[in-house]
Amino acid sequence: MSNPQQLRYSKEHEWLSTAEDGVSTVGITEFAANALGDVVYAQLPEVGSTVTAGDTCGELESTKSVSDLYSPVTGEVTEINEDVVNDPALVNSAPFEGGWLFKVRVTEEPADLLSADEYVAHTAG
Amino acid sequence: MSSTEPRRTALDALHRSLGATMTDFAGWDMPLRYGSERDEHNAVRTKAGLFDLSHMGEITVTGPGAAAFLNHALVGNIASVGVGRARYTMICQADGGILDDLIVYRLADTEAGSSHYMVVANASNAQVVLDALTERVTGFDAEVRDDRDAYALLAVQGPESPGILKSLTDADLDGLKYYAGLPGTVAGVPALIARTGYTGEDGFELFVKPEHAVELWQALTKAGEGVGLVPCGLSCRDTLRLEAGMPLYGNELSTSLTPFDAGLGRVVKFEKEGDFVGREALAAAASRASENPPRVLVGLIAEGRRVPRAGYPVVAGGEVIGEVTSGAPSPTLGKPIAMAYVDAAHSAPGTAGVGVDIRGSHEPYEVVALPFYKRQK
Repeated sequence: MSNPQQLRYSKEHEWLSTAEDGVSTVGITEFAANALGDVVYAQLPEVGSTVTAGDTCGELESTKSVSDLYSPVTGEVTEINEDVVNDPALVNSAPFEGGWLFKVRVTEEPADLLSADEYVAHTAG
Repeated sequence: MSSTEPRRTALDALHRSLGATMTDFAGWDMPLRYGSERDEHNAVRTKAGLFDLSHMGEITVTGPGAAAFLNHALVGNIASVGVGRARYTMICQADGGILDDLIVYRLADTEAGSSHYMVVANASNAQVVLDALTERVTGFDAEVRDDRDAYALLAVQGPESPGILKSLTDADLDGLKYYAGLPGTVAGVPALIARTGYTGEDGFELFVKPEHAVELWQALTKAGEGVGLVPCGLSCRDTLRLEAGMPLYGNELSTSLTPFDAGLGRVVKFEKEGDFVGREALAAAASRASENPPRVLVGLIAEGRRVPRAGYPVVAGGEVIGEVTSGAPSPTLGKPIAMAYVDAAHSAPGTAGVGVDIRGSHEPYEVVALPFYKRQK
């Protein structure tokens, strides 16, 4: 699998796009989606709510388990992906594209986000 | 479980070459899924799936006293099982608690009056069952043999499975009824062909020597190519059996429950000849279950989309009235489902106001009779 070079990654397997007009997109990586198995339910943060880097902001249910969703940054949620709410399988089929989860107006970004290469090294361990 | 490395089946390299996600299950490294577990589940419901179940524990029981011994050691009437037939049964403790649920195959009788049975135990309980049988055989003219390493077990399940198997064997599959088994040859490999399974579909389980497992897997894969057969892992096996309302030891069954508590009192045959382990306690459990059942095993179907998991409390009116034993998103129903033990007062199908406490929020659930899914015959 390949992790897009232009994204940055958290150790909890979320990805973050480069901000456009201060807004970044968040999703989970293909590695995480594969580990979860078929995602059947996505509970995403509410639009207008504040998410905090490293804190849980939702959950993803798969056949075998439920996993917390962590926000990779701090900021205000501006949009959630309704397509994923209606068809959670998008998280498996297109984790870096159509399966994105929410958009956030970033107020604070942790210093320890990983590059694509660093993330690959992280998941190899 | 010991802390040693998980055991690998004869098909291990093949699973890895197919890209399987592996999981530790009862001390075995088993395929969890090859791709999407939902696709694998749907393939078994509509076409066919191929499983490696070599972790299951085979125990051979032979001798002139084998039938009498199994009638004593198990709760079912095993002496009444005809040659070539199989029976779902249980082995219980003296206090009636369930040690394991089993399938017993009567493979052959000799002219000299000796019988040959194969007892198939869950992987997690195989040692416990072997120990109990070995202890209980004292005084009977029968021999108990650990055959766990003697067999690999492949299962072909789903509506296309009879056609797939027919193309590989001369055995009389049309004459082979559900819960029957006969020795035969499949793809040139000697096999015990059993019409059993754990999916709620028609299907077959093939017991073969481990050295023949890869050859048989490949032949079945090729024979199923045109009709949608896919390799299937334990993840979809669990959702298939859950939809079919079949209990899983460790979830619905345990030593703290009797077969009557689990709604499976029908497997206990008091009318059989001779005493059997647990008889007295089970008789008491039977009357308790009919007069004043503590809790009853029911099905639950979600109105929402959040999935109940084993151990989650079942609630009504703010009170805990039961506990989920198995839960998963059901691919066939398109909704989360669960099996749960609930207080008898809330166990009738359609009981209003029942919910599951899913991490602090009470989600509404409908109480239904099991199973969730029954195949059209």
